[in-house]
Amino acid sequence: MSAVMTDPAAAAKYKRFGRPLWRRLLLRTETAIIVAIVLLIIIATATVPYFAQPYTYLTMLLNSAPILLMLIPVTLIIITGEIDLSVGSVLGFSSAIFGLSYAAGVPLSLAAVLAIVGGGLIGLFNGVLVTIVGLPSLAVTIGTLALFRGIAVGLLGTRAVTDFPEEVLGFVISPIFGSPLPVVTIAILVLVVAFAVLLHFTPFGRGVFAIGLSPEAAAFSGVRVNRTKLILFVLSGLVASATGVYYTLQYSNAIGTNGFGFELQVVTAIVLGGVSIWGGRGTLLGALAGGVLIAALNKTLQLAGIGSDTISIVTGAALIFSVVVASVAGSISRRRRGKASAIGAGA
Amino acid sequence: MTPTPLLELKGVTKSFGAVAALVDANLALDAGSIHAVIGENGAGKSTLVKIIGGLYRRDNGEFLLEGKSVDFQNTHEAKAAGISVIYQEPTLFPDLTVAENLFVGRQPYTRLGFLDRAKMRRETRELTLRLGVPIDPDRDARGLSIADQQVVEIAKSISVGAKVIIMDEPTAALSGIEVERLMGIARQLRDEGKGLIFISHRFDEVFALCDVLTVMRDGSYVATNQTAEVTEDEIIRQMVGRSVENLFPKEVAEVGDAVLEVENLTSVGVFEDVSFTVRSGEIVCFAGLVGAGRSEIARAIFGVDGYDSGSVRIGGAKVARKNPAAAMRLGMGFVPEDRRKQGLAMTAGVQTNITMAIRNRLARFGIITSSLEEPSARNWASRLHVKTNALDTEAQMLSGGNQQKLVLGKWLATEPKFLIVDEPTRGIDVGTKAEVHRLLSELAGTGVALLMISSELPEVLGMADRVLVVREGRITAEFSREAATPENVMYAATHAPEVAA
Repeated sequence: MSAVMTDPAAAAKYKRFGRPLWRRLLLRTETAIIVAIVLLIIIATATVPYFAQPYTYLTMLLNSAPILLMLIPVTLIIITGEIDLSVGSVLGFSSAIFGLSYAAGVPLSLAAVLAIVGGGLIGLFNGVLVTIVGLPSLAVTIGTLALFRGIAVGLLGTRAVTDFPEEVLGFVISPIFGSPLPVVTIAILVLVVAFAVLLHFTPFGRGVFAIGLSPEAAAFSGVRVNRTKLILFVLSGLVASATGVYYTLQYSNAIGTNGFGFELQVVTAIVLGGVSIWGGRGTLLGALAGGVLIAALNKTLQLAGIGSDTISIVTGAALIFSVVVASVAGSISRRRRGKASAIGAGA
Repeated sequence: MTPTPLLELKGVTKSFGAVAALVDANLALDAGSIHAVIGENGAGKSTLVKIIGGLYRRDNGEFLLEGKSVDFQNTHEAKAAGISVIYQEPTLFPDLTVAENLFVGRQPYTRLGFLDRAKMRRETRELTLRLGVPIDPDRDARGLSIADQQVVEIAKSISVGAKVIIMDEPTAALSGIEVERLMGIARQLRDEGKGLIFISHRFDEVFALCDVLTVMRDGSYVATNQTAEVTEDEIIRQMVGRSVENLFPKEVAEVGDAVLEVENLTSVGVFEDVSFTVRSGEIVCFAGLVGAGRSEIARAIFGVDGYDSGSVRIGGAKVARKNPAAAMRLGMGFVPEDRRKQGLAMTAGVQTNITMAIRNRLARFGIITSSLEEPSARNWASRLHVKTNALDTEAQMLSGGNQQKLVLGKWLATEPKFLIVDEPTRGIDVGTKAEVHRLLSELAGTGVALLMISSELPEVLGMADRVLVVREGRITAEFSREAATPENVMYAATHAPEVAA
């Protein structure tokens, strides 16, 4: 053996992947979710009245935009093995700051900046408690979830700020010229592409996965574990508060309960999309597809005249089903590959 | 002394998978004596203790207690038979009182079915007093010194009527006075007719306390000696007596300038005033006992842990404290002790693992893709002969030896100037071991400076250009390749420095 020289023949003997492309695709949750979305749209178009209309897509995206936006950074947090449950409350808090500053005479754009900076500070607060203090993110963000929801409701009381400028409100809910998609679609796409590149195609993203796979091995490989997590929590706070500004304008309504319970919808979409709740595995595309599937499911059932309780049952069942399937599929393939590699090694 | 030993093991074997931990263990403990079991790290002492204590079951051989064959299924049965094990770190419940700890699982009840606290208190007071260390029965175990916790454990074993008391390195964490006190208790128990097994690395204690010394090596029994009839030198010879010829020796490499310079590195309570240099082409080995602080020093140098004072330099440039990324930029690499936890992401593939430490280097304009990573993964997997058919095979599917090659590949890919290898051949088969030795030797030949930590003396003597002996967080001796012998390295590792000089 000589480690100094490379033998090209020996290097070529490794296959890049252990199994063919079709089997890898078949085993991915993302594939199943995308197939489910397509099937759902085909079935709904054929059977549910009014589903095939442009207005349906517009409202579907408007309704789900906050979830789709907020799940983007939270996906990265979950891949590191942490969680951020404060996003719904950050949305509400940001909405309150935005509405109150605007009502107090602050120009709209400056009010938005204030709200977004506030959200970034909450993210920083979460991040500091998780990294420097070393508390579990589940506990920390449940704490900030309660804390900032309380502050949002306390700040606004029973008041609602609604008198936002008409032209801004009109712009927010208008479709992109000649298409059934609202303008927020552009924001979602830009954010998804930016975060997908960050997660899947940068050394930073490799670090994010490494932390989720094994925090200790990541630290031993020179990954700045704490800094990475801190950055992600701040990004999550910024995106959630920006979503709060958007949400306030979309409904022209700043009230303390804006975004109540959204954090669970965000986590549901991400896990449904094949991101491991234990960290280390998943794609941003999958998480987004999970969000879109839930949105499409909601819209379909709603148009078919089925109540929200049923929608909740279907979403919950889909989530459990996808988690169980992923776990069973994973253990089966691991067992099969375990045998195969044992045979390959001549054992 | 009774004609039948209190406890006797004959030809006991124990294997974990392919690794034989005990090959042929023998031990005969008489009532009313203190019996030392000594040997190098990995000689099988701990496995032996665990078999006696019921934590493991033997594969083969005889285990007699008072002449009757026993086979403990679990620690409970061993305790019931009168065997009690005191570990280095006692296992008390911190939130229970001392008395509650003593009676855990067998609390006395009053006639009305309530806990009989008065009885627990009274007995605890009597027991600790008898051991000469009165401890308040009502205080919480939290905050007791380790020595006092051990006393509570000993009191517990007496109160359950233990006949055999095993102390597994009990003095490792004790101060001088506490050691004296513990030895007094041990003698008292001996005089009461109990059989004690005492495991320690410290020769002075072993010779002062024990009546009989059994030496083990590589999982086998070597010899049993009466303390009065044997010298330290003879014991050391029994402990290390094997040849080093079967190992791959380091090839001669040109030793160049200093690459790593460590000065007065101190982390309070962990290691103190550590200074040394490693030159290019040189392999420096840290020898010493497990727990001497060798890995801790290495971790601080690399920056996974912090330190309180001192400095680390690579090629003259100061390495930032507690920042592995900065150390890596200066050309440092670290193959850690625990490959499964620290070295690899076990559920990630070969490629992900090999490229984990070079992700910044592989990126082009800040962007990294699988196609940019693949050539490196392929290259290092094949150079190190990692046995797998695909680059996405999860690390946990590989054998221990192949996992270790993967960790080495990951760090060789960083093209380090200075590489720390911590226990690089622990738990891997002989063939791979030779490959790893050859690889490290070649690496030194290309001018890399290496710091190797190994608990295997033959490996240290075979590979090292210089041996630094670490004892209790300090470098206490230095030997050149020519001067290092199993005897003097082992002596320095087990004796206080003033004696070693």
